[in-house]
Amino acid sequence: MEQVSFPPLSSVVICGGTHGNEMTGVYLVREMQKQKVDKVGSVSINAVMSNPRAVEACTRYTETDLNRCFTDALLSSPITDSTPYEVRRAQELNAQLGPKGSNKAVDMLIDLHNTTSNMGLCLIFDSIDYVTLHIFKYLQSKIPSVPVRSLLLEKPPSEAYSLDSVGKHSFSIEVGPQPNGVVRADIFNIVKEAVDHTIGFLQEFNRGGTFEGGEVEAFTVVKSVDYPRDPMTGEITAAIHPQLQDNDFKLLKRGDPMFLSFTGETVKYEGEELYPLFVNECAYYEKKIAFHLAQKLTHKFPSIRVKKD
Amino acid sequence: MEVGAVVCLPRLSRVAVCGGTHGNELSGVYLVRELLKVKKKVMVEEEEESVSVVIVLSNPRATQQCHRYIDTDLNRCFTHATLNGPLSDTTPYEIVRSRELNTLLGPKGSSQAVDLVCDLHNTTANMGMCFITYSDCDWICLHIFRHLQMEIPDIPMRFIHFDVSNKESYSLDSVGKHGFAMEIGPQPHGVVRSNIYTAMKGGVQHMLDWVRLFNSGKMFKGGFVDVFTMVKHIDYPRDSVTHNITAVIHPHLQDRDFCLLHPEDPLFQTFSGETLRYKGNEPLYPFFINECAYYEKGIALSLARKKRVMIPPIQVETS
Repeated sequence: MEQVSFPPLSSVVICGGTHGNEMTGVYLVREMQKQKVDKVGSVSINAVMSNPRAVEACTRYTETDLNRCFTDALLSSPITDSTPYEVRRAQELNAQLGPKGSNKAVDMLIDLHNTTSNMGLCLIFDSIDYVTLHIFKYLQSKIPSVPVRSLLLEKPPSEAYSLDSVGKHSFSIEVGPQPNGVVRADIFNIVKEAVDHTIGFLQEFNRGGTFEGGEVEAFTVVKSVDYPRDPMTGEITAAIHPQLQDNDFKLLKRGDPMFLSFTGETVKYEGEELYPLFVNECAYYEKKIAFHLAQKLTHKFPSIRVKKD
Repeated sequence: MEVGAVVCLPRLSRVAVCGGTHGNELSGVYLVRELLKVKKKVMVEEEEESVSVVIVLSNPRATQQCHRYIDTDLNRCFTHATLNGPLSDTTPYEIVRSRELNTLLGPKGSSQAVDLVCDLHNTTANMGMCFITYSDCDWICLHIFRHLQMEIPDIPMRFIHFDVSNKESYSLDSVGKHGFAMEIGPQPHGVVRSNIYTAMKGGVQHMLDWVRLFNSGKMFKGGFVDVFTMVKHIDYPRDSVTHNITAVIHPHLQDRDFCLLHPEDPLFQTFSGETLRYKGNEPLYPFFINECAYYEKGIALSLARKKRVMIPPIQVETS
């Protein structure tokens, strides 16, 4: 593949508290704001608390999930008295950090998240972007202490609904397992390391370094599985089976246990071989997702370097 | 007390199993729902039972919203003062509810109160299974604990004692003549983990089996139980202006509940990477390390002393 060049990546925004109870991002952003971090070499850095009201209440959101409010439709919807707080906040963030899709948008937006699932360090991309794929490969080489994986959502920009779709290049850093409302030192240290290495990558990129192409494996969600539920009450009637619990990214095969009901029966998986992720994520009970199932695909990407004027 | 002298205690005719006292501690919520379903099916057999079991979803509104509480922590609303104070239109939901529960299971301190309350809880701390009580000499609770230790040997189990007088006791389990909280972790709030649910289900089942055996006249041999008595709490370091925490539980302490903490051991790690050390005078046992709900209560961890308590043999009183 032929080398691709990109303009310098000079403006980076680190967002935390997009979900107000995912604490690593909240505390990292607070620390960066306290240290008044604003420039590292050629890279100017801005730390933003995405959902201050939800952070204050230590809750995922106050009225609606902020990280589903960045579709083109919601970003351009008229604001009225009854517009949910998060829809208004999304438009504010779009004005501050975007506008999404325009030339004024920040060069890179990194949105920090936590999950109760055992997903290690997972980068989440909306689409194939050679810059962020390179960052993924770079982080894999720099952080051997945890598994580093990626999830590709494959959403066209107009449908892309998350905060990280606002930047010219962006991704979410999703790290778990960590309970909502709790901050663990080991998770905090991993996320800080990932952010520091990303900024290191950008500096080297801007200086004119060439990053060799290659290939990476990324997971793409194929379908989701809900919990078994009581048809009358809608309440779940089983928990993730102990053999699936904490085994995100381990191939799930036909006949493998999936759920263990509260009365002790095992429910087995009967579909095609796929990789489970977001297994037993707290916030997904209400979205009717016990886990996602993904395929693993290899993506080739070219070497990149900064465009010289 | 002579070792070997059997202590005779009244039969335990009514036992309450309570879940959802905190609405986002889900093992107890789902177990109580399951027990209520089963109860409906076996209603006919109840007359032959030696014990009548009351199953209670303590905080239905908080459970419905999957929150710890609506207005105030229900599990702090059972002091005599709160149970007997005046009510008004603005009385918090949980105080209204605590009185309903006191009517149902109490009144606390009276002879009509249920014989035993088992209140089900989860914690984000790595505590395994714990009994939490106000007494280190309630032989019923101590014997039940010992029975569970023997019946479920693959789960780490500890007995925690809060040295609080009956007058000041504040939690739901203080309503019964005997009571304890069954606290199991780690489990994130709002999540049910199968292994934790199964441990809780087993714990409740073995407890009820013990009660039936006790009521039937079986003599339970004496022995010893290691009891952890709470000494103090330690809060996170906080910013003096914003009151936000400025450090996290140190990685060497995280998940090490009940591993002795010595003076100068790492305690916290600041967000800028510094280690803060434990400055106490004596080694103590930490627990409730990094419990989610305790950030707002100003507790990063609790510390306990351990002592060995000899428990006498016990048997049900024959009238």
